[in-house]
Amino acid sequence: MVETLGIYRRLVGSRIRSQLQYRLSFALTVTGNLLLSGLDFAAILVLFGQVDALGDWTVGEVALLYGISCVSFALTDLAVGQLDQLPRMIREGEFDQILVRPLGSLLQVICADVALRHLGRLTQGAVVLLVAVAYVDVTWTASRIAMLLVAIVAGAAIFAGIWVAFSSIAFWLIDSQEVCNAFTYGGNYTAQYPVNIYGRWLRRLVLFVVPVAFVSYFPALYVLDKPDPLGLPEALQFASPAVALITGAAAWLVWRTAVRRYRSVGS
Amino acid sequence: MARLAHRRSTLPKRGLVIELDGVEKTFTLRVKSGRVRRERREVRAVDGISFRVDPGELIGYVGPNGAGKSTTVKMLTGILVPSAGRISVAGLDPSRQRIKLARRIGVVFGQRVQLWWDLPLRDSFELLRHIYRVPENRWRANFDRFTEVLELGPFLETPVRQLSLGQRMRGELTAAMLHDPEILFLDEPTIGLDVVAKARVREFLAEVNRDQGVTVLLTTHDLADIERLSSRLLIIDHGRVIHDGTIERLIADYGEERTLVVDLQEPAEPLEVDGARVVRVEGPRQWLRFRRDELTAARLAAAVAERAPLVDLTVEEPDIEDVVRRIYAEG
Amino acid sequence: MLRLGFELARRGYRRYAAYPGATWAGVFTNTFFGFLIAYALLAVFDSRETVGDYDARDAVTYAWLAQGMLMTIYLWGWFDVALRVRSGDVATDLQRPLDFQGYWLAHDLGRALYHAVFRGIPPFLIGALVFDVLVPQDPRVWLAFVVSVTLAVVTSFAFRFLFNLVAFWLIDYRGAATLAMVASTFFSGQIVPIAFFPDWLALAAWALPFAAMVQAPIEIWLGHAQGLELLGLLGLQAFWAAVLLLIGRAVLAAGMRKLVIQGG
Repeated sequence: MVETLGIYRRLVGSRIRSQLQYRLSFALTVTGNLLLSGLDFAAILVLFGQVDALGDWTVGEVALLYGISCVSFALTDLAVGQLDQLPRMIREGEFDQILVRPLGSLLQVICADVALRHLGRLTQGAVVLLVAVAYVDVTWTASRIAMLLVAIVAGAAIFAGIWVAFSSIAFWLIDSQEVCNAFTYGGNYTAQYPVNIYGRWLRRLVLFVVPVAFVSYFPALYVLDKPDPLGLPEALQFASPAVALITGAAAWLVWRTAVRRYRSVGS
Repeated sequence: MARLAHRRSTLPKRGLVIELDGVEKTFTLRVKSGRVRRERREVRAVDGISFRVDPGELIGYVGPNGAGKSTTVKMLTGILVPSAGRISVAGLDPSRQRIKLARRIGVVFGQRVQLWWDLPLRDSFELLRHIYRVPENRWRANFDRFTEVLELGPFLETPVRQLSLGQRMRGELTAAMLHDPEILFLDEPTIGLDVVAKARVREFLAEVNRDQGVTVLLTTHDLADIERLSSRLLIIDHGRVIHDGTIERLIADYGEERTLVVDLQEPAEPLEVDGARVVRVEGPRQWLRFRRDELTAARLAAAVAERAPLVDLTVEEPDIEDVVRRIYAEG
Repeated sequence: MLRLGFELARRGYRRYAAYPGATWAGVFTNTFFGFLIAYALLAVFDSRETVGDYDARDAVTYAWLAQGMLMTIYLWGWFDVALRVRSGDVATDLQRPLDFQGYWLAHDLGRALYHAVFRGIPPFLIGALVFDVLVPQDPRVWLAFVVSVTLAVVTSFAFRFLFNLVAFWLIDYRGAATLAMVASTFFSGQIVPIAFFPDWLALAAWALPFAAMVQAPIEIWLGHAQGLELLGLLGLQAFWAAVLLLIGRAVLAAGMRKLVIQGG
């Protein structure tokens, strides 16, 4: 395990170094990413210029949802976002090369690179989160702060599981990238808004299938001490870590099955 | 090129190092037939291959494009799982024990790069040390040796993407050997290289095989690779092994015919010469096929010169495609 | 000349038609986001009846139009010209007896047709099945919409062409391009209708060329621009298309001069 981390550090370290080489270019890229991902929040602000609440959530409360979702997602993007390259790696034979090395295939794909520009998303998400934390009418007890942190970590794990699972589609379908994007980036977008504004089918989706409701919605209910507009059991508000574990396990299974199939069928 | 110092070879325990038994690989292709419909077509890339390799052998695995060479190598190295049959490499099942096997083999794909594209060569080697868990002193010994033998010094710090094909291949060979693999698999390693680079690669493989006892399996469709490296030759076509023996045997059995290409001073009727037959005519140029054991090229050339003024000539050896076609036709 | 344009357009069409898998995957994504945006906007109408001249049905229709038009208008992600500039291939391109900008415009129109049909219609149909969307009854509105979308594509192309040309001067054109994308995405009304903006921001949005790329056709579809207003909107689009194309030609000339001075 320690060795694995060491390898990760080295693989990724050189990528990071090469990206930081051109300071100005790097700064521009990160800023661009910050602004681009920040557009989502700009949209929220515009909406709140017309109303005081969306689905009974005020602007500060929605900002909290947004902040948790963005920070979690940005962390995941930095950690496993490299999976977006999987279709290309398969197409160009790089994945075969990975299979010939004495390391797990998923680890190698993830470590192949890291796109530091997502620090932009992380920054704007963190800023919104901090502002929301200051803005909402909440007494910040230790348990609430802990819930916030747990939400971010578990949220990142949930997003990572979703990312790994849907990236595996690349082993079945070519040109599958957009489908995966719908669930990763789409998942992030979904978690920025309160789940109760969605139609029933979508609510079910984000609770049971692509469980992004557990990234921001449920932890926020706890933190804000807010009665659930959906009237779901309060216990769910503590379920994020469990959901993260389940999602991770499911993702791992999907990946392994996908790779096994790839090795049977070729490319 | 400096000689590799003699080392205690890394032979595995007694027994075969590679064993294939009735191995098959079938792909199902979905082919468009008409506007919307898709047919399922089964392609037998590998159609029942069996052979055995002893430790320390150097095998040439030869065949035309699409014969199943790469597929076989992919199955041997654990990338693909066979549809049928049994494979054992270094006593392990590649499809089930991929990672364990990966530690003991080295793989070089001729047309792809295993090194990290924008890292300097040296960094790639360091990374591999950690990935393969090579003890520091062992790694350093190998690193020094291969750097010297393959003359990597001048470009150790250059990012791989800036290297020429020949330099990259030398880097790849080193990368594949740094962890002292028992077996080295190479898939078309000399493709695209110039003559000097090709010679270097072949020499390196020969030395590694001879001095360290590394078993080498090399696929190619360039017969010259095998000629230089000699030893055993497997010819594969349409997914089957159609010849398994030495190259001398092969030439003796099937490569008896050579071609003399003559440029006459002016176009003429197909020449009639004993022991040769004209297989093609293009203006003043004629292709005469003759048997190696019946006639020498010199004698034939003299005979042609007697019949018509000769401007120039060349001798064409049978290439593997011809030989294979011949074998297949007779097989 | 027209024949040539048609041929180029066909090539543009074919290039994207060659990847049906990617197209369907894209439809899936557009549809998913269509739902998300529709729900978010509907939540606004829980508290109000109208926002500007938008009611709930207008807003939902907007969501599906915006997502459907996303690839047709292709606000960002297109770097063909920049890549050719960076690789040096542009030097050969510029020596051909073809108008460089015209070539790419024709190409883009062909592409837009493919995307309009195969990535525009399916999500909208799905949205129409699930939600109560507005579909114009007046054939003149349909005609105006088609014209408007065409002008929007031209305007978007002209802008894309412009920021691709940045590659003549900057090695890292992507950074500059991202900033352009941010502006165009927001101020075109792609993520939130301009009608929802606060007044001062809406004013700024309509003063910029981006509204002509997305919001204009949508307003026409929704019937928010009638008669003279409609003509005015089309005129505005034509104006921006022309202006951006002309600026593009000027910048291209400057880029060519730079190429000549610095060598191919």
